[in-house]
Amino acid sequence: MIGGLFIYNHKGEVLISRVYRDDIGRNAVDAFRVNVIHARQQVRSPVTNFARTSFFHVKRSNIWLAAVTKQNVNAAMVFEFLYKMCDVMTAYFSKISEENIKNNFVLIYELLDEILDFGYPQNSETGALKTFITQQGIKSQTKEEQSQITSQVTGQIGWRREGIKYRRNELFLDVLESVNLLMSPQGQVLSAHVSGRVVMKSYLSGMPECKFGMNDKIVIDKQGKGGTTDDSGKSGKQSIAIDDCTFHQCVRLSKFDSERSISFIPPDGEYELMRYRTTKDIILPFRVIPLVREVGRTKLEVKVVIKSNFKPSLLAQKIEVRIPTPLNTSGVQVICMKGKAKYKASENAIVWKIKRMAGMKESQISAEIELLPTNDKKKWARPPISMNFEVPFAPSGLKVRYLKVFEPKLNYSDHDVIKWVRYIGRSGIYETRC
Amino acid sequence: MTDSKYFTTTKKGEIFELKAELNSDKKEKKKEAVKKVIASMTVGKDVSALFPDVVNCMQTDNLELKKLVYLYLMNYAKSQPDMAIMAVNTFVKDCEDPNPLIRALAVRTMGCIRVDKITEYLCEPLRKCLKDEDPYVRKTAAVCVAKLHDINAQLVEDQGFLDTLKDLISDSNPMVVANAVAALSEIAESHPNSNLLDLNPQTINKLLTALNECTEWGQIFILDCLANYMPRDDRESQSICERVTPRLSHANSAVVLSAVKVLMKFMEMLPKDLDYYGTLLKKLAPPLVTLLSAEPELQYVALRNINLIVQKRPEILKHEMKVFFVKYNDPIYVKLEKLDIMIRLASQANIAQVLAELKEYATEVDVDFVRKAVRAIGRCAIKVEQSAERCVSTLLDLIQTKVNYVVQEAIVVIKDIFRKYPNKYESVIATLCENLDSLDEPEARAAMIWIVGEYAERIDNADELLESFLEGFHDESTQVQLQLLTAIVKLFLKKPTETQELVQQVLSLATQDSDNPDLRDRGYIYWRLLSTDPVAAKEVVLAEKPLISEETDLIEPTLLEELICHIGTLASVYHKPPSAFVEGSRGVQHKRIPARAGSGESAESSDVGQSGPSEAPPAVIPSQGDLLGDLLNLDLAPPTATVPSVQPSMQMGAMDLLGGGLDSLLGGDIGGSPSMGAGLGVAPAAMPTALGIAPAVGGVGMPTGSYVAPKTVWLPAMKAKGLEISGTFARRGGIIQMDLTLTNKAMSVMTDFAIQFNRNSFGLAPAGPLQVLTPLSPNQTIDVSLPLSTSGPVMKMEPLNNLQVAVKNNIDVFYFSCQYPLSLIFVEDGKMERQVFLATWKDIPNDNEAQFQIKDIHLNSDAASNKLQGSNIFTIAKRTVEGQDMLYQSVKLTNGIWVLAEMRIQTGNPNYTLSIKCRAPEVCQFVFLCYELVLKN
Repeated sequence: MIGGLFIYNHKGEVLISRVYRDDIGRNAVDAFRVNVIHARQQVRSPVTNFARTSFFHVKRSNIWLAAVTKQNVNAAMVFEFLYKMCDVMTAYFSKISEENIKNNFVLIYELLDEILDFGYPQNSETGALKTFITQQGIKSQTKEEQSQITSQVTGQIGWRREGIKYRRNELFLDVLESVNLLMSPQGQVLSAHVSGRVVMKSYLSGMPECKFGMNDKIVIDKQGKGGTTDDSGKSGKQSIAIDDCTFHQCVRLSKFDSERSISFIPPDGEYELMRYRTTKDIILPFRVIPLVREVGRTKLEVKVVIKSNFKPSLLAQKIEVRIPTPLNTSGVQVICMKGKAKYKASENAIVWKIKRMAGMKESQISAEIELLPTNDKKKWARPPISMNFEVPFAPSGLKVRYLKVFEPKLNYSDHDVIKWVRYIGRSGIYETRC
Repeated sequence: MTDSKYFTTTKKGEIFELKAELNSDKKEKKKEAVKKVIASMTVGKDVSALFPDVVNCMQTDNLELKKLVYLYLMNYAKSQPDMAIMAVNTFVKDCEDPNPLIRALAVRTMGCIRVDKITEYLCEPLRKCLKDEDPYVRKTAAVCVAKLHDINAQLVEDQGFLDTLKDLISDSNPMVVANAVAALSEIAESHPNSNLLDLNPQTINKLLTALNECTEWGQIFILDCLANYMPRDDRESQSICERVTPRLSHANSAVVLSAVKVLMKFMEMLPKDLDYYGTLLKKLAPPLVTLLSAEPELQYVALRNINLIVQKRPEILKHEMKVFFVKYNDPIYVKLEKLDIMIRLASQANIAQVLAELKEYATEVDVDFVRKAVRAIGRCAIKVEQSAERCVSTLLDLIQTKVNYVVQEAIVVIKDIFRKYPNKYESVIATLCENLDSLDEPEARAAMIWIVGEYAERIDNADELLESFLEGFHDESTQVQLQLLTAIVKLFLKKPTETQELVQQVLSLATQDSDNPDLRDRGYIYWRLLSTDPVAAKEVVLAEKPLISEETDLIEPTLLEELICHIGTLASVYHKPPSAFVEGSRGVQHKRIPARAGSGESAESSDVGQSGPSEAPPAVIPSQGDLLGDLLNLDLAPPTATVPSVQPSMQMGAMDLLGGGLDSLLGGDIGGSPSMGAGLGVAPAAMPTALGIAPAVGGVGMPTGSYVAPKTVWLPAMKAKGLEISGTFARRGGIIQMDLTLTNKAMSVMTDFAIQFNRNSFGLAPAGPLQVLTPLSPNQTIDVSLPLSTSGPVMKMEPLNNLQVAVKNNIDVFYFSCQYPLSLIFVEDGKMERQVFLATWKDIPNDNEAQFQIKDIHLNSDAASNKLQGSNIFTIAKRTVEGQDMLYQSVKLTNGIWVLAEMRIQTGNPNYTLSIKCRAPEVCQFVFLCYELVLKN
């Protein structure tokens, strides 16, 4: 298991050092600093081994978190734990920075003592942790309070405490998707997928039982067999094929496996209910058509057309097209019909920004790039043209069908809960080769 | 909260000041002081001198302060064992505290204090805590047992904690179960045979129940523990798999990977025709793909594991090639791993896509990545034969970019392509030679030198090229030196006349001026070979090399199996067994995949047996035990040209030395291990015979029997008063026979036949009388076979195969002459030793060589050599150069004359070229006629 956990600043100074196992000595702290943080070359693996000691590291802004072990530990678990540790710290003192860590070092030690015992990760749900690791000094808890804490920390529903009350029962559901695309210069889709998340903010009283439904093809097909199939052809595709999905630990996986129904008791506040991935029938909100022409050795002509491909009534926002330019660019002249375009020498790219664009429109940019003659033999790699945007629909086609809330003990019903659903589609890595 | 100030105190006399503060009466000041102490401890300052003062602060009701003091204790107790005892009382008291959080804190901390005296006091509180009413305390106590075991294993056993721990597996609280499982698993690792984790269907059931309820971490502990279980039968295996599959949808990647591990292991037991088996295979792909959308570090772990899974069960991800395409902003470690998997998944179906991607990658910025991409193109060529041509042309394009490292990498892989498809792409050699000057990396230089040496006869200025390398011989790396030595020796053997000086130069450089023992040894071996037996040298150095197998970098199957059992762990990330990086006994026991139900064989072999032909695992490097046998096979078994042999190089350990060493001696392996050393130095004299004899190709086939020409009329009836004799010669089983047909075309009966030969070139004579026992009536025909011997008187005839015969009957004596095919006197033991062949070939002056064209033969070389063998023309060796098969053949005549021949067969060309060498050049013409006769019939 994890033998120790160290946190360093960007200079390699130790901010936190917690050793759990006897086989990890102080020299391990230095080994990591010398071999990874101060390494002359960029370290090429998140897992490194020096003198039979393995180091797992992640970096958040300029803070290094390193877990150390001498055993054959579960590597995936160690990384998951490090991410979790970051989440927990963020939940306690927002940004992970050198200053925040120094300011909260006692708290961090306390947390590390609680969530990692002898190197074994323990309950690390911030909801539960915040009930008894407070840094407010010890409150004289009553016996009931104490056992409530311990049962929550160890219990089946470690993510929610009993006795939550809201005057207004409300929940917010965000379907956040990022659509990824790699397209060839000829407009052929090399790969495309949507990775989506359903993020929920729940302000519900008691221990509500929730059931979430969406237009999952498997579910719809199952229901369609018995019922009417009329509406399947009516408005295009009714259901979507989900390649794979993963759930927050509150979701009963065995139930999903057997019935494909998503039922759970939600944590209080914000959390990620599920993640999913689709690759079929993706709506690609934009199409990028590049045209790059090399005019002699010192000039490049670039023309890029973008076309929006969704309902004209919808508006895409924060559109940004990034056209890479060669390293030896000396000057750029840009003309665009819409938005603003600028050559950013520091980023080696022309950045074209459009605030809003309705569906089924197209826009164009053309640029002349002057090049300095070089005798560099190496050809310019022509990185792909990338795009950023935000659209108010889910490119995967996912639709929330229902989210039912049952709380048998309290007297509010599903109808009393105010529900908000929102769809946001963002660009992930949305690239067109040129 | 501005605790950061504690980090900044660096005044002198700090310890002294802290001491005063710690003993202050004010609580706040005390707390501040302890914080300062902890901050100093964190940055590595020694604050152990404050031990008594800090421990004094322990007695407090402030939980935060208490925790800080405990933290200090855990760090310094070991260095101050006597004073640590002072803390015991507080611990024992805290273990009785009404607040479960404090009870747990005490027992948790106590377990971390590695002082023997303290552990003794720990036992009682621990026993209580293991049975505490509060699950939080119990789950903490469970882990504490593992801590105590780490300090004093005997104590834990004596105190019976293990049994209590086992009982906790049945605890009602899932987290207690999970921690108990974790603790037991860890303890069990240091007692490999203890049967501590007595897993039986009942406990498994309990674990599976807890699996649904505990935290994500607990699920990992349980799944990792489950993976060690061996199900009784396939039914149990299936039911466990069914209960584990829902975990594949967990958001925590580690849960997913551990579930994958259990499934990968247990599905081995399921019969492959089971529907569920197919379902399970299908269920595995999506979660693996989903892992690739995790954070990059986890992606890396996932990719390393997928690499193993793809090798074990390629069918799972064979349609998922696209998800492994590299993204522009992937971290480099992710890119490199994806590339590896892409090559593993490359097949004829997706090769076009893969190649297009690889070409794209070869223009990226990161040097390592570009190199690997170039290498990948080469590996595709080797793996998917249909794509080889495209790959080669892509590589040539890349060489044209003149980007230094791209060119070098391309040359290294082209060398491999040559080894896979010899004599196919030699046209590119010229392009390669153009880039000779730009090569500065040893591997590329060595590859280029190998190519020059291997194809020396095809490169006009090979000697100049190699000579240019020789100038800086001592500055080259060992790899290059070894290769240069071999290449020049090869060149010498191919063009002996022009390169004598060069070879002497390199031999003396290697043996006299070098202090590298490997180089010296190899130099001596070559020197001795060349000076004692040049023919043998040729055998050794120019021996036909085994073709390289398509996937030389596959993980050796037993290791792969072990790694599959370690999915998700460090072992799977390093692709090494735990014993390679874990100290001591912990976790070093080898894990195995269970065998499939119903098959008594090992899992491995049953897998091979039951997988369809398409998924048959590719030929892999032999496991260690087989290696020697394989090396021997290399010498004994015929490496038929179409079947790729296994490259004798091992991935691991000592075997590598052997494999690389032998191989490089054969002149084959560029990367040949430099440490061939001792083992080979022992008996250099024995080397040629042990290594050099590549078997003859023709030897495999069954002889088709000697060709017998149809009878021709030798003596027309007109000339012999009505007796017509037609006949032919045959050699059957070493006996020469003259088959005669006698026809009486006269009007009277013929009797008293007798036969006699004139002296002739090879001393043919009747071995017995002509057996015509009955009188030959008019119009009667009789067939007689007359055995011949070769012990008759010898006189050179003109033509050489002329035979003058006299036949007598009751009427008269008749004379005729006939010509026998020379194959009549080719003896059965005419197969020459290879070395002898080479020696003889050289010995016979070139003037004695005769060249012939055999036209319109539509046989491949194997068929031809089979046919010839039927007539005692033996193929000794076969070489394929540029699509031309060269057969080396020998013939022995009854009088002991050897005839040597080289037959060249160009694929697609029906005309063979035959060169015949013999000390008696007169026979050449007749041998040629035999060839023609045999091949055309």
